[in-house]
Amino acid sequence: MSLLEIKNLTVEFRTANGPFRAVDSVDMTVEAGDLRAIVGESGSGKSVSMLAMMGLLPWTANITADKMEFDGQDLLKMSARDRRKIIGKDVSMIFQEPMSSLNPCYTVGRQIKEVLRQHTPLTRSERQARAVELMDQVGIPDPAKRLSAFPHQLSGGMSQRVMIAMALACKPKLLIADEPTTALDVTIQAQILDLLIDLQKTEGMALILITHDMGVVAETVDRVSVQYAGQRVEEQEVNALFTDPHHPYTAALLAALPERATGKHLPTIAGVVPGQFDRPKGCLFSPRCAFADDLCHSTQPGKASADLGEALCHHPLKNGQPVSEEPA
Amino acid sequence: MSAPILTAQNLCRHFEVKTGLFGGSHTVRALDGASFDLVPGRTLAVVGESGCGKSTLANLVTMIDTPTSGSFAIDGKDIQPGDELRDKKLRAKVQIVFQNPYGSLNPRQTIGKILMEPLLLNRPDIPADEREKRAREMVELVGLRPEHFNRYPHMFSGGQRQRIAVARALMLEPEILVLDEPVSALDLSIQSQVLNLLTDLQDKFNLAYLFISHDLSVVRHFADDVIVMYLGKPVEQGSKEQVFNAPRHPYTKALMSATPMADPANRVERIKLEGELPSPLNVPVGCAFNPRCWKATDQCRAERPPMSGGDHGFACFHPEGPEQ
Ligand SMILES: Nc1ncnc2c1ncn2[C@@H]1O[C@H](COP(=O)(O)OP(=O)(O)OP(=O)(O)O)[C@@H](O)[C@H]1O
Ligand SMILES: Nc1ncnc2c1ncn2[C@@H]1O[C@H](COP(=O)(O)OP(=O)(O)OP(=O)(O)O)[C@@H](O)[C@H]1O
Ligand SMILES: [Mg+2]
Ligand SMILES: [Mg+2]
Repeated sequence: MSLLEIKNLTVEFRTANGPFRAVDSVDMTVEAGDLRAIVGESGSGKSVSMLAMMGLLPWTANITADKMEFDGQDLLKMSARDRRKIIGKDVSMIFQEPMSSLNPCYTVGRQIKEVLRQHTPLTRSERQARAVELMDQVGIPDPAKRLSAFPHQLSGGMSQRVMIAMALACKPKLLIADEPTTALDVTIQAQILDLLIDLQKTEGMALILITHDMGVVAETVDRVSVQYAGQRVEEQEVNALFTDPHHPYTAALLAALPERATGKHLPTIAGVVPGQFDRPKGCLFSPRCAFADDLCHSTQPGKASADLGEALCHHPLKNGQPVSEEPA
Repeated sequence: MSAPILTAQNLCRHFEVKTGLFGGSHTVRALDGASFDLVPGRTLAVVGESGCGKSTLANLVTMIDTPTSGSFAIDGKDIQPGDELRDKKLRAKVQIVFQNPYGSLNPRQTIGKILMEPLLLNRPDIPADEREKRAREMVELVGLRPEHFNRYPHMFSGGQRQRIAVARALMLEPEILVLDEPVSALDLSIQSQVLNLLTDLQDKFNLAYLFISHDLSVVRHFADDVIVMYLGKPVEQGSKEQVFNAPRHPYTKALMSATPMADPANRVERIKLEGELPSPLNVPVGCAFNPRCWKATDQCRAERPPMSGGDHGFACFHPEGPEQ
């Protein structure tokens, strides 16, 4: 049994202009202790897919899935109340905007201890001790004193670390970290990433890391899914992804890395991500793809085989060249 | 290499801030002694952790703010406070592009209006039809389409908005462009479009760039020269090759080792820095980096190391690499 299993997840938002599909038939399987990343362009549905799993989207979102199970429990059938028992304890999330997710009216200590009170049997003094320990773990100096600080008294980087401390409070089995280190300096970022990897080693925590930073991906996780325009276009083990991407979007994305630049100019991806009204009929990446042919423009691709990263592509790449394979 | 267009000598900017209830005040040494040249056709990058004084430096060079001490000269002419108000041509010579492509454009103005406004304010001698002609040319130059001229900022993607911000900065034909984190809010694929554009414009107009970034992979690709700052002070400066290939200051080394590289096959052991970046309100005695440095000695805790080493300068008593 997998820790998390999602099959064919789709999320549509009701908007004034009609439905907008933010997540399109996404699959994801995570085992205990996995270190995962989700990467892809801004707006590709990375955050929304995880928020859907956590049950944290507004009512305008219409969520469908063939399967959504956490630790053997069916999230689709579960009542909101039962889901809340899991969320925040066994699964927790570090949100993309730390400033707006802390309550400005309470001290950070009170907020951390409240999480512990809700989800653990710890006594008052044990909660205090655990809160100090957590603040220390995320590298906040003078942790006991800082517990009585209000969020506005902390820098952006400190608030982000308080959020991380809260997310780790109940020793989750799965941590979803949505851009957890964007407000942090590289030296502090390194410290936080080391902590997350350490928790995976010592507690067997699984991690889903959502980030734009390919450097962080390369140094932290073992497996990567790539999203484009709401779809999962490829999934591979991290080394293989960086050396031999199978979807042309992944290849184009990695080619844009400044550290791979050979000349004065960096490779770019021509065109823009399709919007609500210009979704292509065939492959969603076809208008921007260097390898697209008539088939790609007219027909939606299926998934390629596992050794081709299940690339959602008619002509997945191998060593940078398209191979012709009928979708599995 | 051509002569510098801007020369800065020991630039400082200190802020007095009130502390506590009793009217006490403290000095924040936001920038504490930076010297450098900006050269036409070259890019000087400023790197360092948050709060080390990068934006403060940018504000001085663009004459948005005035130095507490130190001086700088543009085209050999010393700049005095207020000069930029008296001399619009001088002001036009230095332009800035900010980090946030969303906040820096007026949402109520069309792209055309946004581009024409600097001319309207600074060059009233240019007639309206010439103004529009120049704005339309600029739209093309930064890779936008003619029909974009009458559209509003919200209709553009982040990368396109950053192109508009660059276009606006270029309208006054500056010689120096200050870029304060111009690509950090952008996706990787859009980041490369904007960096390519900046490369082309530099070649075309022989612009001098002051490029502020915390992303060392971008700096390594884009810069010619680098200043590494720590708590308001440059700790190392030199050509990109010197600083990246043979860093002398331990902080430079730690910063480079903490920067994740997009190369999973070569995961490296990071140098772990102990402790927090101290506040500029309370700069440690001696070398500012000493509380976090693994090489610190009594000398480092007592004396502030001067910048030494010639064209590859470093401020450290126990530098990395070859011994003195
Ligand atoms: N409440 C909502 N109503 C309508 N559309 C929404 C809503 N929330 C998100 N979206 C849209 O869904 C799409 C996916 O958003 P999501 O936040 O998942 O992107 P992302 O991949 O996390 O991007 P980023 O990297 O910028 O965080 C976007 O186009 C977004 O505008
Ligand atoms: N007007 C001001 N009054 C008091 N302190 C200030 C003022 N402006 C800046 N500072 C302080 O000076 C220091 C340097 O700030 P600056 O904005 O230059 O940093 P930075 O290197 O640009 O950081 P970041 O990477 O976060 O943008 C900071 O500690 C900041 O709090
Ligand atoms: Mg997101
Ligand atoms: Mg700044």
